[in-house]
Amino acid sequence: MFTHWHKYASLMHFHTLARRLTPWLYGVSGVLFIAGLISGLVLAPPDYQQGESFRIIYVHVPSAWLSMFAYVVMAGAAAASLIWRVKLGDVLARATAPVGASFTALALITGSLWGKPMWGTWWVWDARLTSELLLLFLYLGYLALQSAIEDRRAAARAGAVLAVVGVVNIPIIHYSVEWWSTLHQGATLTKFAAPSIATSMLIPLLIMTAAFQLFFFATVLVRARCEILEFDRHTQWVRNLVSAGYP
Amino acid sequence: MSAFSAARAVLLREFLRLGRKRGQLVQPLLFFLLVAVLFPFAVGTDATLINRLGPAVVWVAVLLATTLSLDEIFRSDFDDGSLEQLVLSVYPLPLLVAMKSLAHWLTSIAPLILLALATTWLFDIDQTQRENLAASLLLGTPVFSLVGAVGSALTVGLRGSAMLLALIMLPLYIPVLIFGAAAVANAGLGLPTNAEHYFLAGLALMSLTLAPFATAAALRARLG
Repeated sequence: MFTHWHKYASLMHFHTLARRLTPWLYGVSGVLFIAGLISGLVLAPPDYQQGESFRIIYVHVPSAWLSMFAYVVMAGAAAASLIWRVKLGDVLARATAPVGASFTALALITGSLWGKPMWGTWWVWDARLTSELLLLFLYLGYLALQSAIEDRRAAARAGAVLAVVGVVNIPIIHYSVEWWSTLHQGATLTKFAAPSIATSMLIPLLIMTAAFQLFFFATVLVRARCEILEFDRHTQWVRNLVSAGYP
Repeated sequence: MSAFSAARAVLLREFLRLGRKRGQLVQPLLFFLLVAVLFPFAVGTDATLINRLGPAVVWVAVLLATTLSLDEIFRSDFDDGSLEQLVLSVYPLPLLVAMKSLAHWLTSIAPLILLALATTWLFDIDQTQRENLAASLLLGTPVFSLVGAVGSALTVGLRGSAMLLALIMLPLYIPVLIFGAAAVANAGLGLPTNAEHYFLAGLALMSLTLAPFATAAALRARLG
């Protein structure tokens, strides 16, 4: 079984796999988006306090979740690159970073759009908002380092160290910021307790989260394909691919 | 030569190197003073407001001045090639880079702490707060040198590295800033400050155990 997995650590095989998976991931994600948007925006009842404006939760919560998930994916790939020298780790870390940064920005923007009618302000210095903002800065630091180092591999290796340092620091930053100030409503979805949300509102949220998740994987795979072709641009298999009329 | 004497050699060499560039060591101090003096110009001459902002201003100014000095940890060693010798040496690299962090703390940050305590007169900060500022700076600033060395190693030899270094490091310094400034603010209100000091000590110990390994990995990634 492990020899089988090892095969996909090779950039060429991963490229083939990613190419095959991407349309499926985008397809299923698109279907889930349609289902989630219809059930979330039309079928779910309005909130008894927040009225219709709570519906932004269907974009806000999945983006916030993915902003953290993406950092963990990036740091995991970076750790694989540092520990086992897996080239695929470099590729995936570099491919994930801009996607994660975009979801972080999306979570911040939708959060502030939601905050204006509910809290009466675009921004409060609340713990979870602030740690999300700091997460965005961590992503931007990684991206700045990537663009500053010209050699792609050297950039990926330096970025791997930064991503691992960042992932160690994220809980520290999160809890110190929480200690500093908190006002945000408690987490709506937790693993260990019954969610504090009505089922009719929860189901669209879960569908949207799945749609976002698949969209994230598909987008990372597309970016990873570009990275792989650029990493391996001097190899024979990429030349063959191009002369065969790729894409 | 044992690892211990190698570490001592690196430390002594750092003192020699930095002692020859005293002018460069003074620059962060001047920068700190200027930043601290800028705030009253921006907020006005209201004495109570200046007094209330004082500890926060001192902490932020220390943070900025430190960030400015981080670039020097590895830069000149990179320029003259001795950094490669350090990485190639048989002695444990984390130990050697920990010595670089120690030298940075002693030559760049310790004078900054003394200057910060002197500038408390500008903000009319009282004795309890001053003692708390000293304690929290002593406990918190080792994090700046140790974690800063990781950033310095990652950006060494890059164009415009000082700005990039600040972008990378400042988010990582925020926990220290939160607890450090909170300790001094609490002292001003007559509240206990043990919790903040414990947190700062914990952060410093954690950076001491982990950061040298990250710095070593960063140097290998940049030079290897």
